[in-house]
Amino acid sequence: MKNVKILAIVILATLSLASCSDDDDLPEVVNEEEVTTTMTVTLVPDNDGTTVTLKTQDLDGDGPVEPTISISGDLVAGVTYNGSIELLNETESPAEDITEEVKEEDLDHQFFFTVGSGLDITTAYSDFDSEDNPLGIEFTLTTGTASAGLLTFTLRHEPTKPNTGLEDAGGETDIEAIFDIVVE
Amino acid sequence: MRSYTLLILLLSSITSISQNCNNTLFGSVVDLHDGSNLLGAVLVIEGSEQVVVTDLDGKFKIPNLCNEKYLIQVSHAECRTIGFLVDVKGDVRKTFKLEHHLEELNQVIISGKAYRRKSETISEKTLSKEALERFSSGSLGDALNSLSGVSSLNTGNSVVKPMIHGLHSSRVVIINNGVRVEDQEWGAEHAPNIDINAIGNLTLIKGASALQYGGNAIGGLIVAEAAKVPVKDTLYGHFSSTGVSNGRGVSMTSQLTKSTQSGWFGTLQGTWKRFGDFEAPEYVLSNTGSFVRNASLQVGLNKFDYGFEAYYSIFQNKLGILRASHVGGAGDQLSALESNVPLRINDFTYDISAPKQEVTHHLARIKGFKNINNLGKLSLQYDYQRNNRLEFDIRRGSDKFDAALDLELQTHSLMLDFISPLRDEIEWKAGLMARYQNNYAANTGIRRLIPDYDKYDLGLYGIVERQLQDNWLLEAGGRFDFVHMNVFKFYRSSFWESRNYDKLFPEIVVPETKDGEFGYQILTNPKFNFYNVSATVGTTYSFGNGAKVLLNYSLASRAPNPSELFSEGLHHSASRIEIGDLRFNSEVGHKLALTFQQEGEKFRFYISPFINRINDFILIEPTEIRQTIRGNFQVWEYRQTDAELYGFDMDVMYDFSEKFCFKHQFSLVKGYDRLRDEPLISMPPANTKNEMIYQDKNFHDLRISLQSEYVFRQNEYPNNNFEVFIPQSETFREIDVSTPPDAYHLLNLNSSMTFRKHKKSFIKVELIVTNLLDKSYRNYLNRLRLYADDLGRNVLLNIKFNY
Repeated sequence: MKNVKILAIVILATLSLASCSDDDDLPEVVNEEEVTTTMTVTLVPDNDGTTVTLKTQDLDGDGPVEPTISISGDLVAGVTYNGSIELLNETESPAEDITEEVKEEDLDHQFFFTVGSGLDITTAYSDFDSEDNPLGIEFTLTTGTASAGLLTFTLRHEPTKPNTGLEDAGGETDIEAIFDIVVE
Repeated sequence: MRSYTLLILLLSSITSISQNCNNTLFGSVVDLHDGSNLLGAVLVIEGSEQVVVTDLDGKFKIPNLCNEKYLIQVSHAECRTIGFLVDVKGDVRKTFKLEHHLEELNQVIISGKAYRRKSETISEKTLSKEALERFSSGSLGDALNSLSGVSSLNTGNSVVKPMIHGLHSSRVVIINNGVRVEDQEWGAEHAPNIDINAIGNLTLIKGASALQYGGNAIGGLIVAEAAKVPVKDTLYGHFSSTGVSNGRGVSMTSQLTKSTQSGWFGTLQGTWKRFGDFEAPEYVLSNTGSFVRNASLQVGLNKFDYGFEAYYSIFQNKLGILRASHVGGAGDQLSALESNVPLRINDFTYDISAPKQEVTHHLARIKGFKNINNLGKLSLQYDYQRNNRLEFDIRRGSDKFDAALDLELQTHSLMLDFISPLRDEIEWKAGLMARYQNNYAANTGIRRLIPDYDKYDLGLYGIVERQLQDNWLLEAGGRFDFVHMNVFKFYRSSFWESRNYDKLFPEIVVPETKDGEFGYQILTNPKFNFYNVSATVGTTYSFGNGAKVLLNYSLASRAPNPSELFSEGLHHSASRIEIGDLRFNSEVGHKLALTFQQEGEKFRFYISPFINRINDFILIEPTEIRQTIRGNFQVWEYRQTDAELYGFDMDVMYDFSEKFCFKHQFSLVKGYDRLRDEPLISMPPANTKNEMIYQDKNFHDLRISLQSEYVFRQNEYPNNNFEVFIPQSETFREIDVSTPPDAYHLLNLNSSMTFRKHKKSFIKVELIVTNLLDKSYRNYLNRLRLYADDLGRNVLLNIKFNY
């Protein structure tokens, strides 16, 4: 009987100690570190024409608000554009430049450009990773005749490199942005 | 008390007049604790002076009995003698259970029946130590899967969640050594944190009727108990090692027990398992290795009228999740589904990289009991659990090797139980439970999947059992649980408003965060109270010729779990966005289960139909496609509905001869959403197992069995397919995440031999081959079936030393 009493006291003491450590601190807010909210593609023509920017922004990540897509203007036929891509995490302030991380892990990343039917443009990689496989943060885009169609930018994480395109690249899609492009 | 029972049994054995005295009573004498056969047990039939002794298998046969009641005294050198009253009508089969070793701790601890039945009126299935040892290198879920009515929800081959009659996760309660396991069990890809080698006895209860353990086991209960320790001066143990071809792994386990005549005892147990990548018949399942470690220590003092016990175990589990199952958006999912082989196949390795899980589970308990003269037994238990779950995802940059999810769940419970025989034919038990739980989610740079919370539970139960006649028993019980939750949860403002929560719950927003202190997020402080009632009523009736009927109704109530309440984001391992609902109330299940059994000398038959109606059943289903910068994702929302599940389990056993035996199992479950009138997702398909067993007790206990396992195709499923635009082909394509895989048939071989030195000292060699024909198949209940085949042939060689 004595043992039971002692046991009960020990248990109650442990329990009360354990449950007294109630802290009133509010939990720390988590800012998403790896989320990419914004992708800006800047297309600079090599003939002193107007620079065109393509932008997609999704500030709530996988939340209910859909990404907003903006295109600054139409492309001009028969022009070569030097393209560059910037990725930002705008949930942090100041915004974090994700492009740097992609560059640092160049072997693990690759952008792909998918030109839809009807759109008369061609793309080519201008930058390469440390093993000389395409990376795609920088590229050239050459327009043909006046046309319209979809241009899709896809960033793959841990793709098979080298590859012949999205079909055999594998990996996970980090970004997929579709722009409705007009060439005049 | 016991002599009273004996006396009553004696008095009531009034000889009835009968002409037929050609009846035979046969059966076996087994150890109550582990079901092992007791050879050399002596059965004395009062009045007839007949004496028989059990053979090597613990079997006996008593011929020339009349149609009357006999008192049979069963004794064994290492057991206390017990008198059994047997009503003989025709040939009767009987299994006598003896308490091996006098005054064992758990015989008197908590509920005197802890070792007999957990509930008297519902079908229970038990896996003995011997059966469990066949799964030594596997998991708890694998072992349970061998019982009819149980299937498992798998994530690959290492996360195996038991599923009882179609229900799993929060609806299945697991009790480990008297402690309710609290380990984030709601997640479909969270395996139970129990080492199968630490279990001495495993009981499955297909309903919520064992109210002493909780009232929310809508699916059922699994009770794991440590092996029992005798009260005598002894030292014993075993060491077992298994080599496994698939996964090229090794599993080792060892146990050592010391006990004394004065009642002190201690057990030390440990397990170590290491596997590399597992393999399907045609390819390596990359990143499916695992590393499991467990250690447990138990010490205690066991006297007849008081005692205490302390138990501690640490379980560590590190396991890889199939690399090919980690996909980005719907486009990636489509390529993965269209490919016949996983999109990532690497060479075999023992390395485990992301995606992976690392879980550490500590469990400690102390328990004391006291026999109060003429009143009953009082026991008190305190237990503490700490579960740390780390999930590693494919990450980028400086976070690459950091966990994406880091949860620490701590649970303290205090339980007071009292069991008392009120009169000889009535027994009641009652108890109180208080529990405090805290979840802490560390900042990993990824929004919390499960928020920080404090949870308080208070429970109260009472169960009465009444023996109306020798062969007729009634059981009834009730339980009340109060649950309070205090949660701190960050919501994205966009989500908060899109759900209309800003109108419904403006008061739970923490005031100082309203002015946008956390940018696009707000902090809320939801508080919930749930009042849950559960009850059970049942009866058992024996017809006397080996036939018996059990009928049980149970009412169970379950409060929604944190995942159902608070989910609101991308679930990487499922490649979908999951959304919970703050407005959920408790779901309430009504389960009616009937069991009919017929046990003859050669033929045994069990059939258990059931129906389970669950009001406010919480399910998750797809509702829309969401565009994000990462691509398109399917959105799955939790919803409450009324569900109905029904089906039956059947077991048939037939002994052709002493050496040949045939076993058959069949299980069927149907589940429907009654509000929408459509099938429920992830219902186990009908399946049947047929096994031929050859045993030769005279030749090193040779046992060879060949099992055929046939799993039908699930033809009833909700259509959750969706269409998504694929830029490469500029078309909308259907993504088929619903269609179940085809039926499959597997053959499994099992053989063992024992080489004895003494009775308790032996070497047992066991050879097991699963998926003998190396068949490629996919299992509907494996969440990774979309991406890869299941395991190919696996050869296991186990050697066990008992000393």
